[in-house]
Amino acid sequence: MAYLVSHPDEVKVVSKRFGMGATNLDRYLELDGYKAVQKALKMEPDAIINEVKVSNLRGRGGAGFPTGMKWSFVPKQSPKPKYVLCNGDESEPGTCKDRLIFEHDPHSIIEGVMVAALAIGAKTGYIYLRGEYRYLVQIMEKAVADAYARGFIGKNIFGSGRDLDVHVHSGAGAYEVGEESALMESLEGKRGVPRIKPPFPAVVGLWGCPTVINNVETLASVPHIILGGGKWFADLGTPKNGGVHLVSISGNVERPGVYELPLGYNFKKVIYDVAGGIQGGRKLKAVVPGGSSVPILLPDEIDAPFDYDGMAKAGSMMGSSAVIVLDESKCMVKFALRVIKFYQHESCGWCIPCREGTDWIKKTLTRFHAGHGVAKDIDNVKYLADNMLGRTFCPLGDAAAMPIISYVQKFRAEFEAHLDGKPCPYEHADEPALV
Amino acid sequence: MITHYPSKRAVLVPILLYAQDELGEITDEAIAELARRVDLTELEVRNVISYYSMMRTHPIGKYNFQVCTNVSCLLRGGEGIFEHCKKRLGVGNKESTPDGLFHVEEVECIGACSWAPAMMLNYEYHENLTPQKIDELIDGIRKKESQ
Repeated sequence: MAYLVSHPDEVKVVSKRFGMGATNLDRYLELDGYKAVQKALKMEPDAIINEVKVSNLRGRGGAGFPTGMKWSFVPKQSPKPKYVLCNGDESEPGTCKDRLIFEHDPHSIIEGVMVAALAIGAKTGYIYLRGEYRYLVQIMEKAVADAYARGFIGKNIFGSGRDLDVHVHSGAGAYEVGEESALMESLEGKRGVPRIKPPFPAVVGLWGCPTVINNVETLASVPHIILGGGKWFADLGTPKNGGVHLVSISGNVERPGVYELPLGYNFKKVIYDVAGGIQGGRKLKAVVPGGSSVPILLPDEIDAPFDYDGMAKAGSMMGSSAVIVLDESKCMVKFALRVIKFYQHESCGWCIPCREGTDWIKKTLTRFHAGHGVAKDIDNVKYLADNMLGRTFCPLGDAAAMPIISYVQKFRAEFEAHLDGKPCPYEHADEPALV
Repeated sequence: MITHYPSKRAVLVPILLYAQDELGEITDEAIAELARRVDLTELEVRNVISYYSMMRTHPIGKYNFQVCTNVSCLLRGGEGIFEHCKKRLGVGNKESTPDGLFHVEEVECIGACSWAPAMMLNYEYHENLTPQKIDELIDGIRKKESQ
């Protein structure tokens, strides 16, 4: 079980029930549970969507798309059934926040799915968890069974005359399934190969029907927005970046963990204050602010607001708010190699630029890190990555290319230091494990 | 479970994994049976199996050490943990011990980044690992199995 941390600057919204036994339905009810859905049942669908729009909530899975807007794209009149899909395929390296929501507050996810279903007029919701999260599938299944037993989901929920089913579904190991259309393929019992867009899932999603798909944290934020009001949530952040987000901090910091911070909180403070600074008093080398697929930032680029706009301005992305910190003793070539090895492994091979690009970069960097690199390899790696950008069905190609380009651009000297058969300058004989 | 979906094959991914948990692998018989139940050909079922990294059609050791070496774990010694597991058990990546007790594999991010280095022992998370913790796990399993 993942342990919890806290910091005085945290603003706990989604995490407010963490560690309070809220997996138990009675305890959840004591902590304002299922009040949001009862309130939403008395609201018009447009009013629910509007509240979410006012909250400035944006997708916390990585893309940051405005949630209220996404919901409003679902056609109001549809001869086909509509679906709500909760994306719990959390697999972006560095990201471990949704796991805590599943573990500590599963009913809030059910409630979020229910509110979304009421907003778009869906009668069925699915909660998809990655296959590795088996113990969380069990927690989620129990929560759903408990909610059914009380009549909170199923037929005639809360005596409203409306029916709403929620089901839990498990994956079986695939990063790419975190992409929304690939997840739908997987849920339909197929290989998780992404679909070409448009049409977008809001119109043609699960089984060809209109579907809203949101990240776990996004949906878990919704009940709080319905109860506290969209304006209240928006005001927790900055004018253009509403609310709070769960920040997963990992790598070389003193206090790694998942912290809930207001959007716009200073990014430098996230590392030096919230996470307790760099491990062992070493110096910061670089930091990845939003999961392994976003460009890396240098120490002089981090004095910026940690939100969508602040990170974009700094030259990266907030992504899934997964902060990976590297101290000065780490080798960037090795880091780049590990990142591309991941994307090469996860590429489904459907689009040639991604399939070939990730494989050739991996091969080149493997040789390069072993000390057999030549000068043109450095440009070749960037060339390969440049040619993947924007040329694939799903964002996996971009996710692999963007960080690699940034490593070469910002650490060219370090790549050059590996040339001419020299051994990696960072390999320490006394601590081989730490590179 | 099949009633949760408008199409039969939707159950395929979770059911295949549950079958594997039960049987230790996804056997030819299980594939044939599932294909029949969800109205697919065996080839279509195998096509799905080959996509998912947790699914396998061969047996492995009873205790599967799935060690993460992705970036967050790498930065905190994940590779050393992986090497230690292989050395202690005398196997390579994706290999099982001859007694059929242990299997070691390097896996991609398992969502334990803030508690790195981490691994999964079958479905159980083990975090903030040290070589000592690995030794204790191995010794504990050996003791339990020899009783």
